[in-house]
Amino acid sequence: MRRHLQWSIKQLTGSYADGQLSPRRVTEHALEDALRWKTLNAFVRLTPEQALQQAQDSENRYQQGQSKGELDGVTIAIKDNFCTKDVHTTCASRMLQDFVPPYDATVCSRLKQAGAVILGKTNMDQFAMGAGTVDSLYGPTKNIWSEDLDQDHWRIAGGSSGGSASAVAAGLCYAAIGSDTGGSTRNPASYCGVVGLKPTYGLVSRHGLIPLVNSMDVPGIFGRSVSDCVSVLNAVAGPDQLDSTTVRQPFTMLKLPEIGQIDLSTVRIGIPKEYHCHGLSAEVLETWSKVADLLECSGASVRQVSLPNTAASIFVYSILNQCEVASNMARYDGIEYGHRASDERSTEQLYALSRAEGFNEVVKTRILTGNFLLLRKNYDHYFEKALRVRRLIAEDFVKVFESSDKEERVDILLTPTTLTEAPLYKDFASLTNRDQCAVQDFCTQPANMAGIPAVSIPIRLSRAGLPLSLQLMTNSLNEQLLLTVARWIEDQVGFDSLEHSQEHKASS
Amino acid sequence: MHYTIIRGLATQPKLANVPKRKWKSVVGLEVHAQIASASKLFSGSGTSFGAPLNSSVAYFDASIPGTLPVLNRKCVESGIKTSLALGCRVNEVSMFDRKHYFYADLPNGYQITQQRAALANDGKMTFPVITPGKKVYYKTAKLLQLQLEQDSGKSLHDDYLKRSLVDLNRAGLPLMELVFAPDLETGEEAASLVKELMLILRRLQTCSCKMEEGALRVDANISIHQEGDPLGVRTEVKNIGSVRSISQAITYEINRQLETVANGGVITNETRNWDAENRRTVAMRDKEVLQDYRFMPEPNLPPLHVNLRPGSKSTEDLLSVAALSEEIPELPEDTRQRLMEQYNLNAETAIILVNEPILLEHFTSISRSLTELPKKVIYNFLINDLLTYCNKLNLDVEDCSIRADDLKDILQNLHTEQINLQAARQLIELLHKNPKAKSSELIELHNLQQICSPEEIEILCQQAITNQAKAVQQYQKGKAKALFAIVGEVAKLSSQKANMKLVVQCLEKMLKPTKK
Repeated sequence: MRRHLQWSIKQLTGSYADGQLSPRRVTEHALEDALRWKTLNAFVRLTPEQALQQAQDSENRYQQGQSKGELDGVTIAIKDNFCTKDVHTTCASRMLQDFVPPYDATVCSRLKQAGAVILGKTNMDQFAMGAGTVDSLYGPTKNIWSEDLDQDHWRIAGGSSGGSASAVAAGLCYAAIGSDTGGSTRNPASYCGVVGLKPTYGLVSRHGLIPLVNSMDVPGIFGRSVSDCVSVLNAVAGPDQLDSTTVRQPFTMLKLPEIGQIDLSTVRIGIPKEYHCHGLSAEVLETWSKVADLLECSGASVRQVSLPNTAASIFVYSILNQCEVASNMARYDGIEYGHRASDERSTEQLYALSRAEGFNEVVKTRILTGNFLLLRKNYDHYFEKALRVRRLIAEDFVKVFESSDKEERVDILLTPTTLTEAPLYKDFASLTNRDQCAVQDFCTQPANMAGIPAVSIPIRLSRAGLPLSLQLMTNSLNEQLLLTVARWIEDQVGFDSLEHSQEHKASS
Repeated sequence: MHYTIIRGLATQPKLANVPKRKWKSVVGLEVHAQIASASKLFSGSGTSFGAPLNSSVAYFDASIPGTLPVLNRKCVESGIKTSLALGCRVNEVSMFDRKHYFYADLPNGYQITQQRAALANDGKMTFPVITPGKKVYYKTAKLLQLQLEQDSGKSLHDDYLKRSLVDLNRAGLPLMELVFAPDLETGEEAASLVKELMLILRRLQTCSCKMEEGALRVDANISIHQEGDPLGVRTEVKNIGSVRSISQAITYEINRQLETVANGGVITNETRNWDAENRRTVAMRDKEVLQDYRFMPEPNLPPLHVNLRPGSKSTEDLLSVAALSEEIPELPEDTRQRLMEQYNLNAETAIILVNEPILLEHFTSISRSLTELPKKVIYNFLINDLLTYCNKLNLDVEDCSIRADDLKDILQNLHTEQINLQAARQLIELLHKNPKAKSSELIELHNLQQICSPEEIEILCQQAITNQAKAVQQYQKGKAKALFAIVGEVAKLSSQKANMKLVVQCLEKMLKPTKK
């Protein structure tokens, strides 16, 4: 176990500044560790040459006293659905197996601008369609908290950003970028015992993020602490001319108060009763009420609220998801880029075979369903109706966050992130992708439907020694309060993201 | 419209068995006008025509994953100006949609267009209809919708190597689609609408209107029905490449439908291509299956808001329709009315001058500098001589290289009787062939001065009287028209250079009976 991994990003860059550690050494260690932990399958591709160059550049800056700030020299991993200039970006699919983007996603260019060292690209479900990181061209990602990584007793990392979550949990990097469409950042964060932030829709540019559902996709951030996530958010958030859906107002960097300064007496916490749902494990429920009690005991007002349309959300999400998928996947025809089959008898044949070979069953099923739902005769009945219910779901949130009745209003919603601890792969794989998504995304996708920010934070270990996490949600652009409360809880529960048994085994 | 008389062009179907009941034809147009702008509708790449293949292609245009559309403000401004000029209601909120279909030159697998809420609706166009040999009349067509959308790329098929190549320079170019109600009846009306639209778009500078570059494309929906019956099944004619073809294609298609029905056939809903070479419409092979475009809102573009408040100004985020309306120049019909009032022109003359912008330019400039010249002399010369000369050569008067200054010189010389009309016409031809020459030099060089000296005229007349003894006899017997033959003889003898007014005077004097 490398001691510096216990440090926060601020401590790390502080140690660079005073010469205690060097970005190059830290990067070399990270690359070695990534190879040592190959069994996790967190990375689909490491970029050692670029990383070492970036680390060297960072080191030079520190030597000249010209650090770019908090992220300079910090090792970060990027999910493989963010375009990285001259580095393969595959979406873990055969379709894009050989795709090398000619440009950087805004998130990546801003990280580079901030001096971050990008280690490589992380594993995911094909085109981010999944909740387990099991449907990848490169095989599944394993959860480092698994009782046994070698036998078929290993646990899933969650998904679809499982590679990023796994990399942060294993200490292979300080932070990672994921994407979150229905919970793809928060779900694996929950299972892997790290912090997973889904910012407000439009706060972070989607330019360069290969889309799943454009109207819900948000770049997500993984870190081992809330303040690490803030450091990354501050580097990547803000308006982007290349994404017309970004929030136009300038972004003010978040600065969280010191723990001692956090006053919960003005904070109103809501516990939405609809999240107490079928399938919620006793341990998660217990964790949920414990944290609610903890908040209440410390002066916050905690009360039950209702978000009546929650149960409909997962169905609406499923419809909108499949429709946008059908549309977004239409570009993959093998003409300009991507997998091209060898059948050239006709253009139609070429499309058909290229797509048949390039996509997995999950992607194909969603494309077919989406196209069916978008047919003129079905549009009003499914898509249009789903949009209307989506508005109702969003209004549920507005009602609790902005109610004119002060008694009714809350600032933060506290819910489970996932219904259970990380499932065993063999159990997870016994259900179809579709059925799994319906369960896995239950608590997370409503925030995507409403575009509001949400964060998953690890709370404690289950009896099986696996992380149990909770989710906080708040009104749009209220990240400051969301993360302040998250930080307070984090401090109270004292969960150590690196204290997994695997790490003990490996180091002992 | 009655079809009692159909011109018997060789390429038109024969109509021997047209039923006696009156048939009506109905024509509706859809026009795609490429917005004149430096960059594409949703990307920063250039728009110049004829750039090397695939050289004006942004990552977005090639559908590189992760790229997003960014709406070009200039294109929205052009769309709004055009909408206002065509009397549309600009919508406070309009939206973009995806229209899905697979085609190799459509890289995204969908086109971004405006289906649910267009930029503008409910306009109309009133325009003069010019049919050769008929009186000019005005017609009005409703403009149902004006929407912004992106163009597709181009597929190039190499039959020899049996392969297809794609050029994406055109992919993403900004288009305005104008959907007109089926308010027209003939090919001439349709051609006249498009002609007027082109004049308007050029005045607004929102479209180059170069049909030969595909900057303006016209599709026509055509049906026939018997008076009192509901509208018939329509066909769509595409690939109409010039204003002239619009009239030809639609006339052909109407006659084809009439003949089909007359022969007991049925009109089917189909897309037909205009074959300009053989002057006929041909059914397209594919597209038999009904396409379902699976429209969906474009999630990457927020709704487009505009400010409709009177007196408002445009801001960085919000365009003001009122502010844009102030940028609209005088429109063609206003110009016609102004010309008629200001210069006392008749409607036909005003229409011809406005419909040929270069003639209007000449007319205005010459009128301004040669104030002593009657306007009639100027427009008659421009229309009857310059335009006729160009038409004879099948030359667009815009492409005629004669400068306004030379036209001014010619008219000045004509007015001061330094040259006659014959010489003026000759000068047009000479100047067109030698664009660098000056009219004054050409007059010298080709000895075009009018013969005005009474002595020379008298000698010429004397010679003509000798040559045309028979005509002289007839004239003197009282057949006044016989004088023309003698005058003609003078013209011939003088190589068309004698001043005819003086010749007539001289002849009349010489041939006047001497007795009381």
